[in-house]
Amino acid sequence: MMGVELSFVWAGIIAFAILAYVVLDGFDLGIGILYPALGSRADRELAMNTIAPVWDGNETWLVLGGGGLFAVFPLAYAILMPALYPLIIAMLLGLAFRGVAFEFVHRTRRLRPLWEAGFFAGSLVATLAQGIALGALVQGIAVEGRAYAGGNWDWATPFSALTAVALVVGYATLGAGWLILKTDGALRDRARRMARPLGAAFLASIGAVSLITPFLRPEYLDRWFGWPTGLFSVFVPALILLAAMLYIRGLNRGRDAWPFLTTLAIFGLSFAGLGISFYPYMVPMSVTIADAAAPDASLGFLLVGASVLVPLILAYTAYAYWVFRGKVHADEGYH
Amino acid sequence: MAGLDALDLARLQFAFTVSAHIIFPAFTIGLASWLAVLNGAWLWRRDEAHLRLFEQWKTIFAVIFGMGVVSGLTMSYQFGTNWSVFSDRTGPVIGPLMGYEVLSAFFLEAGFLGIMLFGRKRVGEGLHFVATCVVAVGTLFSAFWILSVNSWMQTPQGHAIAENGQFVPEDWWAIIFNPSFPYRLVHMVLAAYLTTAFVVGAAGAWHLMRTPDSRGARIMFSMAMWMALLVAPLQIVAGDTHGLNTLEHQPAKIAAMEGHFESYPEGRAPLILFGLPDMEAAEVHARIAVPLLGSLILTHHTDVPLEGLDAFPRADWPNVEIVFWSFRLMVAIGFAMAAIGLWSAWARWRGRLYTDRWLHRAAFVMGPSGFLAVLAGWVTTEVGRQPWTVYGLLRTEESVSAVDASAVGMSLIAFVVVYAALFGAGTFYALRLMSHRPRDRVEIDEAGPHRAAGPAAIADELGAGETGRNG
Ligand code: HDD
Ligand code: HEM
Ligand code: HEM
Repeated sequence: MMGVELSFVWAGIIAFAILAYVVLDGFDLGIGILYPALGSRADRELAMNTIAPVWDGNETWLVLGGGGLFAVFPLAYAILMPALYPLIIAMLLGLAFRGVAFEFVHRTRRLRPLWEAGFFAGSLVATLAQGIALGALVQGIAVEGRAYAGGNWDWATPFSALTAVALVVGYATLGAGWLILKTDGALRDRARRMARPLGAAFLASIGAVSLITPFLRPEYLDRWFGWPTGLFSVFVPALILLAAMLYIRGLNRGRDAWPFLTTLAIFGLSFAGLGISFYPYMVPMSVTIADAAAPDASLGFLLVGASVLVPLILAYTAYAYWVFRGKVHADEGYH
Repeated sequence: MAGLDALDLARLQFAFTVSAHIIFPAFTIGLASWLAVLNGAWLWRRDEAHLRLFEQWKTIFAVIFGMGVVSGLTMSYQFGTNWSVFSDRTGPVIGPLMGYEVLSAFFLEAGFLGIMLFGRKRVGEGLHFVATCVVAVGTLFSAFWILSVNSWMQTPQGHAIAENGQFVPEDWWAIIFNPSFPYRLVHMVLAAYLTTAFVVGAAGAWHLMRTPDSRGARIMFSMAMWMALLVAPLQIVAGDTHGLNTLEHQPAKIAAMEGHFESYPEGRAPLILFGLPDMEAAEVHARIAVPLLGSLILTHHTDVPLEGLDAFPRADWPNVEIVFWSFRLMVAIGFAMAAIGLWSAWARWRGRLYTDRWLHRAAFVMGPSGFLAVLAGWVTTEVGRQPWTVYGLLRTEESVSAVDASAVGMSLIAFVVVYAALFGAGTFYALRLMSHRPRDRVEIDEAGPHRAAGPAAIADELGAGETGRNG
């Protein structure tokens, strides 16, 4: 009994870490994706400076997602990593290029374009890898005994291509929202011009993914159109539409925080939708949360620390964002 | 791929990525503490020279730290991709320790790094100093947890083995403070401090050879030489006690390090200084040995029996050729470091610390020695632990993922190519930042690239060619 409860608490914490990663590093990666389209060199530099003080902390949620999975759901970690092998490697290499770019672009004049290209390509590759992995996960992972039982290329499907595009567009929308929030002048205007088509494309791709998902597996169909979970298939899309309206209104009225915040809300809602489809599986549709959980002794030990440390982390992360609050200007280049 | 199977490739890949990674923490752990000291010295004494050094080295820190983060991220996924069976089995024990590392160390470093690098003006000097200290403490927490993990794999205890094959925790205290952990933690943290000291010392020496009266260069060199004098001997003592501990828990590893193929039932083992170990023939050819000294060092007696590799089945032998040499390399560097420390003390006493050209040349050459010793030390530790991943309990060959050799081989190539390009460039940039003459005027460089003030900054701008010296 205890075990079940602890493992569900942990499933919640891991889900939170993944969502935190997606939205926080999402805007960093989105800026990387939009980077070549951000105009003058000064504006591109400004865009990078808006995330320079925070990207490392944002990426740490990914370490918690992966490391946390290893700690509390080792079986799921041991199955998913080999199943998604090439995607994980591609993501890591992409993030490597993205991560060093913040420092390297300021260290050279001749090779600057190279590191800028690395910043863009690294962000794009990492996002594509995450998007494909998401699609592969939704489609289900072949498992036998305690190991992955599928092939090297199982993840390469039209559906995972669609989720990859959706994630690229989604991160780009977040990135544009962040730029509207954190800058002014030409860069903000440019981001606002991008925000409309991006938002529309994001909504369309969420729609496409949601329409296909229930038909991928009978279990999903039950969830989405059965009782009482079916209620959510009314709620979630309705709330997403509401957020979309606020998004447009924010753009029209020049409320610089709205586009970013509403995109966050859309990410959160889509994530909840995924949760509804998956629950109670950790690896759809073969390993449940309870199957994958480490023994109580492990879950409890880490939970003691997490219940103190996670709130502390949230507090000082908020403090760090607050220190660098407000619009960023060209003359305070963070380098 | 060239006759290598998935297991060999996974081992190569792990060895390559973790060796690339450890280079950066070895430097950032020490550098973070040194920056905290410089920042504190500036607040206390208000001597601008300290602030200038802080500003210069903080930029170097940022470059190295970025590389440490991206290479570390790879490590936390390597367990799952290449060692999934290992992950499934050991996750319940070492997973939570790594979880604590993320929660107590990585977030802390990342959260305050931005303030340390860019926030002096925004938060004020006091809080800025606190942020610098927090980053330094974060790097030490990180070392604590990851070394506890590694040490548990070397000397496992405090667990049971469940029916499904998983190691399950029984006594967390015993797991964290497993027998080899205190030794490894002390040895590694001292190693990081020494590594940093010798890099800083080499930079100081280089500038002293060019501009002998530069304050910054003098401070760098003097502080580094104090570290060499005080810490290098400590490291030798720490390494010796670490070895005694290993003899108790992993005797086969010590036998391999010493090149002892045969046992010495009556003690009186020689110390083999050099030789050519040959695993086929199970002997050390062309050896130069000192009688009795081996026993004296390892058991502190002449007549205590000592096991050689012949006491263990061949299937359990580590690779003697590698361990024998990597160990000697590390020890040689350790003694060379201590020698530099003594030399500098003598020069200091004679008032020639800043003018002794030969000392400066020697310190310059020793600049990268810490990295070599750290790598040699880890190779000794890890290769000496083979063929086990959890010593005596889980073999390396049973730990590996069922991933195709082609996939592991391709990703290995990708890692080598990408790491060589990224970290090669990063190392070059870090070296170039070190080569900039310590500045004469201070300018807190949150002011952006084009606001450089002072004659030295202008000279830098002109002289440094393509480096935007924007600090
Ligand atoms: C958390 C655990 C952990 C930590 C902190 C380290 N290692 Fe390790 N190492 C392993 C966990 C491990 C392992 C998972 O257990 C491996 C993988 C394959 C193997 O045989 O053991 C291993 C193998 C391994 C090998 C290959 C040995 C062989 O196959 O013969 C080398 C050279 C290193 N490691 C080097 C290092 C270095 C330079 C480290 C410094 C950071 C390091 N290890 C830290
Ligand atoms: C296989 C073992 C290892 C794994 C899985 C690992 C994992 C990681 C990860 C994920 C990061 C990035 C954290 C971030 O995002 O900020 C990191 C950085 C770091 N690691 Fe490791 N690490 C390993 C070995 C070591 C060892 C042996 C030490 C020290 C003794 C160490 C000390 C550090 C430190 C101080 C950092 C801070 C960033 C930097 O490098 O400057 N790590 N590590
Ligand atoms: C004469 C001096 C030294 C002695 C006797 C010594 C001894 C040892 C021994 C016995 C080990 C293996 C422990 C094991 O796995 O069981 C080791 C590991 C190691 N050494 Fe040394 N060492 C010396 C100097 C140094 C120096 C100067 C450095 C770096 C600056 C260094 C860095 C390391 C590292 C990083 C490891 C691997 C981590 C560990 O197991 O602690 N050592 N050393």
